[in-house]
Amino acid sequence: MNAKAKPQTTDANLANAGAVPADNEAALVAAAKAGEISAFETLVSRYERKIYRLAQHITQNNEDAEDVSQEAFLKAFEHLGDFQGNSRFYTWLVRIAVNQALMKLRKRRNKDVSLDQEIETEENFIPREVEDWGPSPEERYTQEEMARILSEVIGELDPSFRLVFQLRDIDELSTEETAEALGISVPAVKSRLLRARLKLRDKLNRYFVRGMVK
Amino acid sequence: MNCRGVVRELSNYLDGGLDSELRQSLEIHLEHCEDCHLLVDTTKKTVQIFCNSDPLPLSDDVRSRLHDALLKRLGRPKD
Repeated sequence: MNAKAKPQTTDANLANAGAVPADNEAALVAAAKAGEISAFETLVSRYERKIYRLAQHITQNNEDAEDVSQEAFLKAFEHLGDFQGNSRFYTWLVRIAVNQALMKLRKRRNKDVSLDQEIETEENFIPREVEDWGPSPEERYTQEEMARILSEVIGELDPSFRLVFQLRDIDELSTEETAEALGISVPAVKSRLLRARLKLRDKLNRYFVRGMVK
Repeated sequence: MNCRGVVRELSNYLDGGLDSELRQSLEIHLEHCEDCHLLVDTTKKTVQIFCNSDPLPLSDDVRSRLHDALLKRLGRPKD
């Protein structure tokens, strides 16, 4: 379900600034490791929107999301030497951004935000309403409206569920990568993912039930 | 499989992680249970909608501040 090809966002000016072709990620990373800042800028331009959205979803705050994005990219550049290429560059970047966002969240809330606490997953949870959405419910809304709706409903989730859904279904990390990034077990990822999907389905129901007038 | 079993295995089913026997059992149930059929369909759409949603472009201000901050810290003046 998660396999899909999306056009990558690149800034033509930045991409053209370096000698490395913008579509060759391994070469861009190698060039950035060698200190070629224009190559790193191309990587930033490619992922800035996704990293900002990730940070925004975790912190639920635009100012924090901006800070987290800056800090995550800076940290990534400073630690590029640690990136061994065993995972995708984006997966590695996401782990840095998640750590930065969680630190920001803890500071903002002035208390510990624990991800390894036992979460009540309610094994017997049954969705409240089950109604037909029709074939393409999202087409009833503009891209901006959909972005607002999705941001709103995911923001209503408990952070423990929101993070797992964000990494697993939006950023397309594997279950194992999600578990590693969040420092929780694979069964915990699976359990929270199921609950997050069901809760989001319930929340989207109010926008998507077939025949509903916007 | 009953309705609770469908809910329990829903994620594994959507991710293609069920063995063939369990998947077949679930799909037989879906053929006869309209509620579970709709639940699977709408949960699948939920994941697809989020998965396919492109992040909105950063505003010019945010993007400019991000790149300015990076260039400043990485040691190259803005062009």
